[in-house]
Amino acid sequence: MGFQPVVLATDALIYLLLALAVGFALYARRHEHLRAPWRQVAASRTAMGALVVLVVYVFIGLLDTVHFRPLQGQDAQGRPRYATEVLSLLDLITTPLREHREKTYSAPFATHLYMRETIELPDGRKVRDYPRLKWGGAHLADPADRAADIARRVAAGLVLGLAIWGGALLLAARGRPARFRCLLRAPELAALRSAAWTGLVVALLLGLVLTLAGVWHLLGTDKVGEDVFYQSLKSVRTGLVIGTLTTLVMLPAAVLLGIMAGYFRGWVDDVIQYLYTTLSSVPGVLLIAAAVLMMQIYMNNHQAEFNSLAERADLRLLFLCLILGVTSWTSLCRLLRGETLKLRQLEYVQAAQAFGVRHFTILARHVLPNVMHIVLIVVVLDFSGLVLAEAVLSYINIGVDPNTNSWGNMINSARLELAREPVVWWSLVAAFVFIFMLVLAANLFADVVRDAFDPRLRERT
Amino acid sequence: MFKRLGHNPFRLLLLLALLVLGGCGDPPWNDPWPSEDVSGSVFFSSFAERPKYLDPARSYSSNEWAFISQVYEPPLQYHYLKRSYELVPLTADGMPEVRRYDAAGRLLPADAPADQVATTEYLIHIRPGIRYQPHPAFAHTADGRYRYWPLREEGLAERYTLADFSETGTRELVAADYAYQIKRLAFPPNHSPLAGLLAEHIEDFAAFAKVAAEQALRDRAAGRLWTDLRPLQMEGVRVIDRYTCSIRLKDSYPQFIYWLATNFFAPMPWEAERFHAQPGMIERNITLNWYPVGTGPFMLTENNPNLRMVLERNPNFHGERYPAEGSEADRARGLLDDAGRPMPFIDKAVYTLEKEAIPRWNKFLQGYYDSSGIASDSFDQAVQLAADGDARLTPEMREKGIALDTAVETSIYYMSFNMRDPMVGGDPDDPADQQRARKLRQAIAIAVDWEEFIAIFNNGRGLPAHGPLPPGIFGYREGREGINPVVYRWQDGKPVRRSIEEAKRLLAEAGYPDGIDPVTGNALVLYYDTALSGPGSKSILQWYVNQFRKLGISLVVRATDYNRFQEKMLKGAAQIFSWGWNADYPDPENFLFLLYGPNGKVEHHGENAANFTNAGFDALFERMKNLPNGAERQQVIDRMVAILQTESPWLFGYYPKAFSLHHAWYHNALPHLMANNTLKYKRIDGALRARRQKEWNQPVTWPLWTLLGLLVLSAVPAIRDYRARERRRAR
Amino acid sequence: MMAYIVRRVLYVIPILVGVNLLTFLLFFVVNSPDDMARMHLGVKRVSDQAIAEWKAERGYDKPLVWNAGAEGLDKLTDTIFFDKSVRLFAFDFGQSDSGRNIGHDIAQRMWPSLAIAIPIMLVGLAVNISFSLLLAFFRGTYLDFWGVVLCVAMMSVSGLFYIIGGQVLLGKLLNLFPISGYAPGPDAWRFLVLPVIIGVISGIGSGTRWYRTLFLEEVGKDFVRTARAKGLSERAVLFGHVLRNALIPILTGVVVVIPTLFMGSLLLESFFGIPGLGSYTIDAISRQDFAIVRAMVFLGAVLYVLGLLLTDISYTLVDPRVRLQ
Repeated sequence: MGFQPVVLATDALIYLLLALAVGFALYARRHEHLRAPWRQVAASRTAMGALVVLVVYVFIGLLDTVHFRPLQGQDAQGRPRYATEVLSLLDLITTPLREHREKTYSAPFATHLYMRETIELPDGRKVRDYPRLKWGGAHLADPADRAADIARRVAAGLVLGLAIWGGALLLAARGRPARFRCLLRAPELAALRSAAWTGLVVALLLGLVLTLAGVWHLLGTDKVGEDVFYQSLKSVRTGLVIGTLTTLVMLPAAVLLGIMAGYFRGWVDDVIQYLYTTLSSVPGVLLIAAAVLMMQIYMNNHQAEFNSLAERADLRLLFLCLILGVTSWTSLCRLLRGETLKLRQLEYVQAAQAFGVRHFTILARHVLPNVMHIVLIVVVLDFSGLVLAEAVLSYINIGVDPNTNSWGNMINSARLELAREPVVWWSLVAAFVFIFMLVLAANLFADVVRDAFDPRLRERT
Repeated sequence: MFKRLGHNPFRLLLLLALLVLGGCGDPPWNDPWPSEDVSGSVFFSSFAERPKYLDPARSYSSNEWAFISQVYEPPLQYHYLKRSYELVPLTADGMPEVRRYDAAGRLLPADAPADQVATTEYLIHIRPGIRYQPHPAFAHTADGRYRYWPLREEGLAERYTLADFSETGTRELVAADYAYQIKRLAFPPNHSPLAGLLAEHIEDFAAFAKVAAEQALRDRAAGRLWTDLRPLQMEGVRVIDRYTCSIRLKDSYPQFIYWLATNFFAPMPWEAERFHAQPGMIERNITLNWYPVGTGPFMLTENNPNLRMVLERNPNFHGERYPAEGSEADRARGLLDDAGRPMPFIDKAVYTLEKEAIPRWNKFLQGYYDSSGIASDSFDQAVQLAADGDARLTPEMREKGIALDTAVETSIYYMSFNMRDPMVGGDPDDPADQQRARKLRQAIAIAVDWEEFIAIFNNGRGLPAHGPLPPGIFGYREGREGINPVVYRWQDGKPVRRSIEEAKRLLAEAGYPDGIDPVTGNALVLYYDTALSGPGSKSILQWYVNQFRKLGISLVVRATDYNRFQEKMLKGAAQIFSWGWNADYPDPENFLFLLYGPNGKVEHHGENAANFTNAGFDALFERMKNLPNGAERQQVIDRMVAILQTESPWLFGYYPKAFSLHHAWYHNALPHLMANNTLKYKRIDGALRARRQKEWNQPVTWPLWTLLGLLVLSAVPAIRDYRARERRRAR
Repeated sequence: MMAYIVRRVLYVIPILVGVNLLTFLLFFVVNSPDDMARMHLGVKRVSDQAIAEWKAERGYDKPLVWNAGAEGLDKLTDTIFFDKSVRLFAFDFGQSDSGRNIGHDIAQRMWPSLAIAIPIMLVGLAVNISFSLLLAFFRGTYLDFWGVVLCVAMMSVSGLFYIIGGQVLLGKLLNLFPISGYAPGPDAWRFLVLPVIIGVISGIGSGTRWYRTLFLEEVGKDFVRTARAKGLSERAVLFGHVLRNALIPILTGVVVVIPTLFMGSLLLESFFGIPGLGSYTIDAISRQDFAIVRAMVFLGAVLYVLGLLLTDISYTLVDPRVRLQ
């Protein structure tokens, strides 16, 4: 199947972030003072368990980052013609979920719609009843077999999950039983064990999804009949993008200004302090609201550039990251300034200055590497707050594009569903569970990272 | 207030604890209006958005009219019970006398053709003895001077609302007050939305506006804040005697009579305007936009739009009796129980700000609101649709004694093409291109399945539209002759939407086989412009995209804020958009003018947002608007609708159905789509309400006690642990 | 000390000018005065002339920041920016674009905002400190471990869920409190209990965890160990030494937020229909009432800077070792 790769703006930034992370990892491997804290992190049971969850989320997010246009045929001149719709690898994998659209609400594992409709019986009579779903449980001739079918599939899913887990463990142990035993017993590998157990849960869930999601709507469908499980998966990328790119885009400004203020002091310091005090005095919501409106104007004036829905939505997402960055860089800047103020008193910096080393070199050689841990900690700590902020912003309609799948949008529409009777609870619960798992994992992981890198920082963050 | 209680959390908690221990108190704990007497004749309702303008010259939206229509009284009103809507006198003592003259000033017979008419005169005679509500502007001192005019700025110290002026007075309503209000409509600083329309019809209206504006400049230069419009003459409006005035139109405009039933033509006492124009008043928000002054059954006594607005019975009300004419169906529903009794029945109406639909709905279910609409999401809880599509309340609702009213609204929601857009409107000079664009529009008209839209997003509360005229408006046709033949076919006694294959065929004929644009070789891209945002919009937009996808067309949604959307409409930069129209008055002219060429949005800043122009249609419109309702008019309208159906500048969308619920203690509820002054007809059985509220709102406290118990239990092992530790240390 | 305060107050002025300019630019990049006029005049039947008059009445017919047509100093002063900003510094907020007196509105709406913000802060403080003392007391036991896990879990729940859940559970199902609304006067407490409970609960996670770290840090210090070695009971150590010393960071943390309490809580107020300053701001944004937005931003900035100043001063008061320079 032919395709045309598409790199959206956020995709490019995610790749950049990935490259940075890999680069940092390689750098850290070669430097003991960086390796030690990571080793401490790796020895923590909570951190490793949380890490597995995070990796799953990141994996889903990355799958959803590789975008392309599928081939749709050929035009008259024999040139390939691509669909206007931009898909991602995740879309491709979850094609059945994406395409199994019902008419409107249906409950998780339902065989019938959640709303009554006028149905014409074969004999011409009309009754108002719940119609069968087009896809959910459609493989069953008799909906009464539902429980049996689900039970069968759950069992199969659990077995499959176990098999996947076992396979993965074997792969990890490279087939040697000795390693396997060691993993089970050795007290110093407790962290790895916790990762393995978390992995088991993930594997079982994966098994269940594989056997069930194709024929059932695991988390029901929403108002226009879209699969809620699919929406939740698609929202993962939005959450991750907001959580990570926001910090990434603000990083250059915050780091540069922060260490410049701390290092040069004097009027540079005054100007930079003035800048961030002023910015942080403006209530954040207001700044975000104004900026989001502004972007809409930009988009309207440059309509020709955004032909697909995906591009427009993506730009809005990126812009939201940018503007959230603008409102949140000040705290990092302040921290870095404080740390640099201390660093510049240290002997080796003073010595370098005395030897007439250029300021820029001092900043790059001596200051920057020594404040990087603060940057890292702030990135990790901010992550969960940003994911939660997305939901709140969507509530006041200044969040991501309403067409983007995001947990905020899900909660926002679920708010109205909660007043329905009988209540439509699954969108809200799905969003809750997905956010909760991610933020909990991120919080637990961030705690350990912070403790490992700089326990003193607790006071200041 | 807050100093006493709010800031002391401990006392708060104590109070809470006392309440919990005291068991069920009185009134219910969750009573949102503890200070109101629910067993009295008080009506509880809500408003979602702060009304912006309460000045009758300015106000033009239903949420504002909901208030001021109870206060202001124009000369005419609609009959409460009769359907089709009929005008009856309100302050006038009979229907206005209409005289028509030709260009030479000769009186014409009533059936003279419209093109002979050069002047139309409306003579309005009002009833004597009607008095205004108590208002400080009318207050006099013992020596006959105005109590609160002129006021010096110091006189305003500590006065922030109208209620802070303790003395009030009243005055008899005279015909000059009506004339004064018409001058206010023309006065440019009042920004009346009707000024443009009236300038076209009322004699001397535009010239008066200019003179008045100049006078206002002179007044301002002389430091006067108020421009007295009384001495300025407008030829078209004359006060004939104390109770009679005449309005002269420079053409035949039969729809004018409907405007006489709107608040724009409510009387305005000049004293009130002068009172509010004193220095310092505007700074304190004591303006006509905040405090209406009228002769109606109610007066606005509290205006705190952050919280609530309160209407109370006007002690000076001239009295009006509940209508006695009604159908048998009305009698069966108890709508004639109060026939002939003096109105109003309600002493007080409390409107509370309620921005969110969910709390509002829940409070209605708890009995704290007397009536409620039904949000789409609570629909299934309240209403079951029977197999034949009839709506019935759910058993749960019926058990509570809630009743349901339905009515097809006199409004239409439509999706429109911007006919100036070359893609969907076609090149006006190239018939072949027009043919292409028409087929494209027709194909889309078939593909967008409004029946499904109504089912999903409105719970079936709507009627798919076959033309621009909703039921209840003259010219609407039901059944076979009413269907839109481009989109539907008549089959088994009902309209059936044409198949998607037919739409695809039309699309192919237009030059887009399977939705492929031959120029790009890709799917045809169309743009949908919307100001929709917020929860629920995503699913609607997604639905539109899906509809177009059926044809292989890729619909790109361009969502913006409302301002930007308006700007696009003004510039004609939109391509496809959705809009709605709510009837100003029950006449087909009010709908068909939305597609009348000289009303084009871009060129003439009119309401024809589709910018549709069709010479045949325009000519028919000119004829239709002056015809009286009858066979000839019906025929003309049929031809106009047929043109619209063929040209398809609109996908006609649907006519929404209004569903409203009310509790058993709320009487004389009948949806009226034209009248807004309906509060006076309503009656409340407060004793029943108080009983029900108590019954439905028994507090449930056991989960709290359980939670507390669990907390205590969970602490036990910890305390044991602590004891053990202490003992260990002691050893 | 006095000189320091004076200097800080002077320093506030350029910040406020900056804030003002920033809001102004942000707002007018988005909205042209024409948009504002159209927004305020309504939708149906609006003429160009009406728009022009609306702008002239409110002084929006001038250039934004630079009047090229004027002479001399007027180039700078005969502009919308200058006209609308100067009076702010005298705390004269003028009238909103819809004609209301903003100062009066703010004075009225401040009380409901404070009426939920202050109880939330005080009750929250009490609850969080007692919980965290408990955790510190049982440190290292299962209670501490699960307590911290619970805190992290509570932090991971979006604030929206607390509000929605609280309304549905306590208001709708249990009939304990009015679901939303507000009444001035002595009845206000009925409406405040539910938002306060929700506000406190949503803050427990982060608050408790934060205070716990504060306490544990103190517990690890030498003087505490000395006290314990002297044979003081755990309870006496905790209350007598740990709590008292941890009060400094707690107090300064509280002082910095006190001024911002005035601004109200955006989410709680709009969900519960409480007519405070938070919902005032949100409404103004959605109605594009620039005068209110600008006034609120200005007020917010003033309060924020005031909070910083108060923190600095409170540091010197509670801890004589800190010197202000």
